[in-house]
Amino acid sequence: MNIHEYQAKALLRQYGVPVSDGRVVLKAEEAKTAAGELDGPLWVVKAQIHAGGRGKGHFKEPEAGEKGGVRLARSVEEAEQFARQMLGRTLVTIQTGPAGKQVNRIYIEDGSDIERELYLAMLIDRQSSRVSFVASTEGGMSIEDVAHDTPEKIVSFTVDPASGYSDFHGRRVAFALGLQGNQVKQCVALVKNLYRLFIEKDMDMLEINPLVVMTNGNLKCLDAKMAFDGNAMYRHADIAALRDESEEDPKELAASKFDLNYIALDGEIGCMVNGAGLAMATMDIIKLYGAEPANFITSDPNVKGILVNIFGGIMRCDIIAEGVLVAVKEVGLQVPLVVRLEGTNVELGKKIINESGLNVIAADNLSDAAQKIVKAVKG
Amino acid sequence: MAVLVNENTKVICQGFPGGKGGTTHLNLPVYDSVHEARERTGANASVIYVPPPFAADSILEAIDAEIELIVCITEGIPVLDMMKVKRALLNSKSRLIGPNCPGVMTPDACKIGIMPGSIFKRGKVGVVSRSGTLTYEAVKQTTDIGLGQSSAVGIGGDPIKGTEHIDVLEMFLADPETESIIMIGEIGGAAEEDAAQFLADEKKRGRWKPTAGFIAGRTAPPGRRMGHAGAIVAGGKGDAQSKIEAMLSAGIVVADSPATLGEAVLKAMGK
Repeated sequence: MNIHEYQAKALLRQYGVPVSDGRVVLKAEEAKTAAGELDGPLWVVKAQIHAGGRGKGHFKEPEAGEKGGVRLARSVEEAEQFARQMLGRTLVTIQTGPAGKQVNRIYIEDGSDIERELYLAMLIDRQSSRVSFVASTEGGMSIEDVAHDTPEKIVSFTVDPASGYSDFHGRRVAFALGLQGNQVKQCVALVKNLYRLFIEKDMDMLEINPLVVMTNGNLKCLDAKMAFDGNAMYRHADIAALRDESEEDPKELAASKFDLNYIALDGEIGCMVNGAGLAMATMDIIKLYGAEPANFITSDPNVKGILVNIFGGIMRCDIIAEGVLVAVKEVGLQVPLVVRLEGTNVELGKKIINESGLNVIAADNLSDAAQKIVKAVKG
Repeated sequence: MAVLVNENTKVICQGFPGGKGGTTHLNLPVYDSVHEARERTGANASVIYVPPPFAADSILEAIDAEIELIVCITEGIPVLDMMKVKRALLNSKSRLIGPNCPGVMTPDACKIGIMPGSIFKRGKVGVVSRSGTLTYEAVKQTTDIGLGQSSAVGIGGDPIKGTEHIDVLEMFLADPETESIIMIGEIGGAAEEDAAQFLADEKKRGRWKPTAGFIAGRTAPPGRRMGHAGAIVAGGKGDAQSKIEAMLSAGIVVADSPATLGEAVLKAMGK
């Protein structure tokens, strides 16, 4: 689960990590007052969407102006003007795809006098099964580019979960970032607090880019991205409450309320499959036979055929068959439906389908099923 | 022989809360702790079905009781919980299969987990897979072509898990009953690349069994979660193409469709 930058910064503040003072606004009218509560004389006005690359992005609508999603204002009036231009408009960045994302929230923040931009991230490293730190002196740019162009400028290490954080981890980050004197102390405190936050809130990923050294020599987190482990949300009501449903695909959101894993795709064949591996393999085989996979939502006008592919282990085929029949009777069936059942109680499941009298095409195996549905759709 | 489980495996089930010790369930005795169950029954394996919030605790209890084989079916365990479990497995007497997996089966001998037993046939192919349902595909197809299975192991789709492809491949190479191998992976992580490298290295030492492979997710949109965290494509690394190339260069026959796993293993065997 992802959260907005302003929410991430509130968490950082709560854990004693240095961030700028800021205010979130939902309406342009609020922007001037919000900016007035901050010190000035510079304000950073930032579009809040769940995607990176906002600064280098552009808006679809000409009314939003030519600037990107992060703008520097020199007066409270200018801050309000930027907020008005961006709110409700569509920001396109390298991560949003060409459709872009609508900006519904603006974060206004005190400007910072920056001397140097650094990079710091934490994530779950599956190879070592540990939390990993990634630090680089090359902040403010995409870490993928740094990894590609100058991999020697990235320092990475992991923390043993049995002993947890120790100050040497913080010193290691500090020296990797070329910090000196009092900055090392600040960095040790910062890394310690970030680790505590990461563990206590069950994070998947935490990225501070950039972490800056200001002209006064102090450290500050200028941007923050956080992703949390969805499986752990049951023990973090505070984090779960930060979910912004407007950032999610409405069909995926509807499915998640029924504990279904649903991924919106652009194709023409709706697929209902048990298991992520078989689901991906089903998509692969549909493409192999020349069509495009979509998902199982009967209201989706793009869907010209439906493939149900179930290999039942714990799931019994007769239950699936009955479920399919109930669904077909309830919502009607305007497109061809191919059902392939295998595994536990397969004979009973096939019998239920065959004796239903409904226009359901039975398939014997996976390639038979893929060929039948592609043929039914493509003619 | 086969791997992990056989006719002599003695299994307990960690499936409901404590405090019911001394009663019976399905005509089997119930104990209050894994330690007690092990002492009384001499069990050497455990299967865990408890819900995600309690699953890590159950695995840790089984490790503490020195259960040799722990199979955790539970899906949705927080990854930081699994990080602790993985650390506890180091230097322990236990091997963990899963979590988020269908389990382990040696046909006509022992099944631990939720695999559909009816599709199995005792035979010669070792099957290892991250995906449960694709394990079933491989099993069904090797049964249909008459080869059958020595054992099938579903290692699970979570990012942190007890057993990786490499561990099971090593067991299959060492098992005299296993004559060929089907290895099924999916996009995300680097475990399939590591496993292919492992097989290539062993081949240089003269250890080799004909191996077929399949990678699910060639057409998955990048950066999307497909049901579980195992299947995330991150910036070109761990994508289907890199895994398929690693497998091909190790001499593995890669099936281009999940429906041709049986044919692929026959081809690997030179038939």
